[in-house]
Amino acid sequence: MSSLSKIIRKEVKELLTPATLIPIIVIAVLFGSLGGVFGGIDEAMEEAPRVAIIDQDGGLMSQVAVAVINFSAEIVYDGDDVQEALNALDEQDGVSLFIIPSNFTADIMSDRPGTIEAVWIMKGAGIMDSLPGASVESVLMGVDHAISFALIENNITDNASLILGPTQLTESTVFKGKTMEGISPILISSMMSSQSFVMPLIVMMVIIYAGSIVISSMGTEKENKTLETLLTMPVSRTSIVFGKLVGAAIVGLLMAVIYMLGMSYYMDSLMGTASFDMEQYGLALGITDYALVGISLFAALVFALALCMILGIFTKNYKAAQTMTMPVTFLAMIPMFVTMFTDFDTLPMAAKVMVFAIPFSHPMIAMRALMFDDYVLVLSGIAYSSVAALLVMFAAVTLFKKDILLTGKVSNSDRKSKVPLVALLQTIARKRRK
Amino acid sequence: MYAIEVKDLIKNYGSFQALKGISFNVKEGEVYGLIGPNGAGKTTALRILSTLLEVTSGSIRIQGIDLRERPEEVRRVISYLPEDAGAYKHLKGREYLKFIAQFFADGEGAKVLVDRGLEIANLGERIDDKVETYSKGMARRLLVARALMIRPKLAILDELTSGLDVLNAQEIRKTVKSYAGQGTTVLLSSHNMLEVELLCDRIALVNDGLIVAEGTPSDLKHRYEAQNVEEVFVKVVQR
Repeated sequence: MSSLSKIIRKEVKELLTPATLIPIIVIAVLFGSLGGVFGGIDEAMEEAPRVAIIDQDGGLMSQVAVAVINFSAEIVYDGDDVQEALNALDEQDGVSLFIIPSNFTADIMSDRPGTIEAVWIMKGAGIMDSLPGASVESVLMGVDHAISFALIENNITDNASLILGPTQLTESTVFKGKTMEGISPILISSMMSSQSFVMPLIVMMVIIYAGSIVISSMGTEKENKTLETLLTMPVSRTSIVFGKLVGAAIVGLLMAVIYMLGMSYYMDSLMGTASFDMEQYGLALGITDYALVGISLFAALVFALALCMILGIFTKNYKAAQTMTMPVTFLAMIPMFVTMFTDFDTLPMAAKVMVFAIPFSHPMIAMRALMFDDYVLVLSGIAYSSVAALLVMFAAVTLFKKDILLTGKVSNSDRKSKVPLVALLQTIARKRRK
Repeated sequence: MYAIEVKDLIKNYGSFQALKGISFNVKEGEVYGLIGPNGAGKTTALRILSTLLEVTSGSIRIQGIDLRERPEEVRRVISYLPEDAGAYKHLKGREYLKFIAQFFADGEGAKVLVDRGLEIANLGERIDDKVETYSKGMARRLLVARALMIRPKLAILDELTSGLDVLNAQEIRKTVKSYAGQGTTVLLSSHNMLEVELLCDRIALVNDGLIVAEGTPSDLKHRYEAQNVEEVFVKVVQR
């Protein structure tokens, strides 16, 4: 073997460690899942939307409109009762109800655009949730084309503006029990873009930054051999744990704020800002709502930091600490992508349980939930995250008093159980019984 | 009252028994040395006495305080210097001493500790340089200063002069000896037999988790008909 190949072999061996490989694999898996999501968008766009029709006109132009809708969408109700139509949409996961008023044909024949009333049924505020609405809008464009074609072919009018726009839409959206007049699901999604994108990103960045600071701090203390000195100082282990957690939280928040300043500017320029007054639709948040979001974020952050502290206890040096952040990053990314692309309410039950079980989810979904007065979800999320944070913090403080902090291994008494945390809780329970 | 009372101390790491029931007492102001081959259990014993590792079984009292019951009280009277200890690299030497001092005293009291630390470290102008620029010897002197400046009731020193040249090592030994004379009890471990002979009032030879011999250096030399402690060590370990 030549000297060059020996050096190459040594370099590859040195660089190709779990610490370098795992992050790449996780990122590849995440991008793979994103590909799946975007694939899902295409499928959702191609799928025929389910709609209901109430044709109160029955004239030539309304027949053209109904024929086009029939051709491009799946009709779940065709009758004359609004409530029945809404019930049918609700039962069959429908998207919208189209009401063609009695003067539809007459208006068009009189050189006035015919009005179609659309009642949108919006299930969630994620990107995926607004897709059926987008596909129905293309159905309505088809209606316009067909009527324009009929107007030209039958030489009904030479009014160019009517031919170019033979119908007009009056719309309202039913979303989480609220009926919002004059607005479509796509506009609502746009209005809520800051809740859909910026909030989950802020939460994820804070958690990842602050978490990696805690783990790195533990890795550095171990690598620089300063931890033993710190542990023999007249300072309680609880103070050391809290000092590290609060320090990391402050720096993590600061870093996240700096990052988000740039990110929010980027998001604004990318998406534009909705020109609708949230208050007009009863979606604006009050001081109590913001306080709840803050509490939710705080509980999630404490959970994240305590979890990272436990991971940091197992780390041996700075390099190993970098790998240890991956579980937390992964846990933070799951709810972030879920919140961006869909709505908690529209998730299947198993996914709901999984998302709820991750404390990081709660600040991500809190703002949107509070807009629709879903206090039960937010308060139960805060309660759950707080209990989870306290438990993990208690475990971190307890582990800080164990050999494992220095040896990185479970001691003999803890080894009876394969899970250190369980062993720890068993030990505590035994001590309490005594 | 003894400064250290250790009775039947056992330490298990999983199925491996690092200490198999050692017992020893150290009088106040005494310099007591643990010597033995690598893996004998010296550092484990020192780490347990420093409250860093849990006790599997046995009892330990430091200055009359039960270590297993009240480890936080023990930490107020001890100072531990690990063999491969480091200081915070982003701090300057003086800042490091100030950081440590504030845990033991406030205001003027802390300043007195820092002044004492500066004297022990004896790093001249380099004390205002960052620790990351220090040589191994300079960093060790800073750490010895950190350990002794608080005048602990018990100084636990693992490989005291590790990384120091002959002159620096001699200077540090003198400092430790003088602190022992002023009431600080010293428990140390070392591979340096000359250091042990020069510094310790009594020594314990540790082998395979057990104390196999104990006494003053002159007693042990006499008992094993040896010229020096190194010869005693070889005879005891190879027995």
